[in-house]
Amino acid sequence: MAQPHSDRRHRSLWSLTDINFSYGDQPVLHNINLELEHGYCTGILGPNGCGKTTLLDLLAGLRTPDSGSISFQGQPLHLWSKKQLARLLALVPQDFMVRFGFTVREVVEMGLHPHLHRFASPSRTDQMLIDATLQATGIAALADRPITQLSGGEKQRVAVARALAQQPAVLLLDEATSNLDIHHSLEILHLIRNRFHQKRLQVVAVMHDLNLASFFCDRLIFLKDGRVVCQGATGDVLTPATIESVYNVEAEVSTSTFTNSRQVSFRLPRSS
Amino acid sequence: MTRRTVTAWLLPLAATVAAAVAFSATLGFLPVSVTDVVAVLFAKISGQAPPADIDPVAATVIADVRMPRILASVLVGGLLGVSGAVFQAILLNPLADSYTLGISTGAAFGASLVIVFQIFGLSLPTSVTVPIFAFGGAVATLAVVLFLASGDRRLSSTSLILAGVIVAAILSAAIGFLKFLADEQVGLIVFWLMGSLAGASWANIALLAPAALIGTLVAIYYSRDLNIMATGDRTATSLGVHAVRIRLSLLVVTSLMTALAVSVSGIIGFVGLIVPHMLRHLVGPDNRLLVPLAFFAGGLLLLVADTLTRAVLPTEVPIGVLTALLGGPFFCILFKRRQRNGATAF
Repeated sequence: MAQPHSDRRHRSLWSLTDINFSYGDQPVLHNINLELEHGYCTGILGPNGCGKTTLLDLLAGLRTPDSGSISFQGQPLHLWSKKQLARLLALVPQDFMVRFGFTVREVVEMGLHPHLHRFASPSRTDQMLIDATLQATGIAALADRPITQLSGGEKQRVAVARALAQQPAVLLLDEATSNLDIHHSLEILHLIRNRFHQKRLQVVAVMHDLNLASFFCDRLIFLKDGRVVCQGATGDVLTPATIESVYNVEAEVSTSTFTNSRQVSFRLPRSS
Repeated sequence: MTRRTVTAWLLPLAATVAAAVAFSATLGFLPVSVTDVVAVLFAKISGQAPPADIDPVAATVIADVRMPRILASVLVGGLLGVSGAVFQAILLNPLADSYTLGISTGAAFGASLVIVFQIFGLSLPTSVTVPIFAFGGAVATLAVVLFLASGDRRLSSTSLILAGVIVAAILSAAIGFLKFLADEQVGLIVFWLMGSLAGASWANIALLAPAALIGTLVAIYYSRDLNIMATGDRTATSLGVHAVRIRLSLLVVTSLMTALAVSVSGIIGFVGLIVPHMLRHLVGPDNRLLVPLAFFAGGLLLLVADTLTRAVLPTEVPIGVLTALLGGPFFCILFKRRQRNGATAF
């Protein structure tokens, strides 16, 4: 649905070299070499347990690789302070759980944290940003409700609003729309896509739904068993062959004039 | 936190505590008026002799008997309230308090140990050794719990609670054994375990006041981080909050606060659990407001309880029993009312 920005510099956002990562003695990522470029919505796809979320955590600096190096905007990631990263990167987790009954507005305001001095209160401008974010994500009516009383889908929209209130340069989505119905998924993805076009918000999204990914992402990275299987422009890599090798299903890929994107149909392989 | 919520809650509550302190000092075997109390206190603070028109016995009773005990009850209650609020925030559990991590049980074990030593002929002055051993027991317990929970490097609330519950269970059994050894002297242990402020002195105040001030300020300093930590470590870290580091430092600070309070008063349960809990029902979960309020509300609850047992009831009831008897039903009413309003319990 979109052309990438014609960014003259086209510099690398992240650059990963020979990344290995394991949880204890359980290896998760093997020899990952990736360049994530500026100016695209990038999707990370792959079967359950292939290391997508771990890869996202590495990009966000939430975990450190066992070996290899990651640089963000040309500088080694470990040289960035948590606060600096928090001003540039915002994460929407898959299950957004808040343990105490903060109101929706209070939770969204938490997004201001990296920009506010420790004892500062949000300014008028900040308040207007929060109002606008609540409006844009369709949760303005819920602003004064405790988040513990919301449904899963409503909570997820709060998570997106909180991340947007962080005013990041890059938005990291970890299956952010997996718990939403199709209407709300599309609404959120459209909203983010608009920010991408209008405010040059960069997006890296771990996704499950191939059709939503095809419609949302300019570039795709396919992972399987902790390795990069293939990566490239959505039109080039979203093919029956890729899908079959990654997910072990038969697929048919067609261009839909209705959604103006490639769409995939699946079935289990005959032999199984 | 807006200025409005400060004026709506914090100032009135602080004023209530001050009024309760003055009123409580008038109660007791020797009745005095509020103006006399204020005059005596003013003289004490400014280092002058008490006004000549006040009975010197009454002046001494107010300044050196009632006042240390009253202030100790406010400070101990405040320390327990603030540590409870912080324990609940860092463990992401509205049911957590200093018992959850075994801190209070460790203090109880330390104190019981001294009392048993006593019985077996080791003559140590209990007024000094019991607080020191109680404090040591609490700190040692924290060290063991942190060691047990540090395996996952993230110091997750689940590992902390699990480690705390295990250590507390072992210590409870050990206390049971000490009680068994104490045989007929078991009353000494039981009395300490139920808490009392009867022995509080100005020396205690000199210890408790700075601890309460510093501890509460540290907790307030981290209160916005604590709010964000309620969204889970992953989101909190991505917002630039050093979740693990803050959890560790606040755990140490609040455990020291609890250990100090308990070493002076003996074990007083329920305040750390119930005060932050009730406040969350009343003003919401924002720790920037909750932490300072927990100090005053905890202080007020313990002052009321101690004044009842000191001056109103015909005989001294252990204060730990009273706090549970006073706070418990109040908590039940809030709990039921909130359920009726269709809200989730926590």
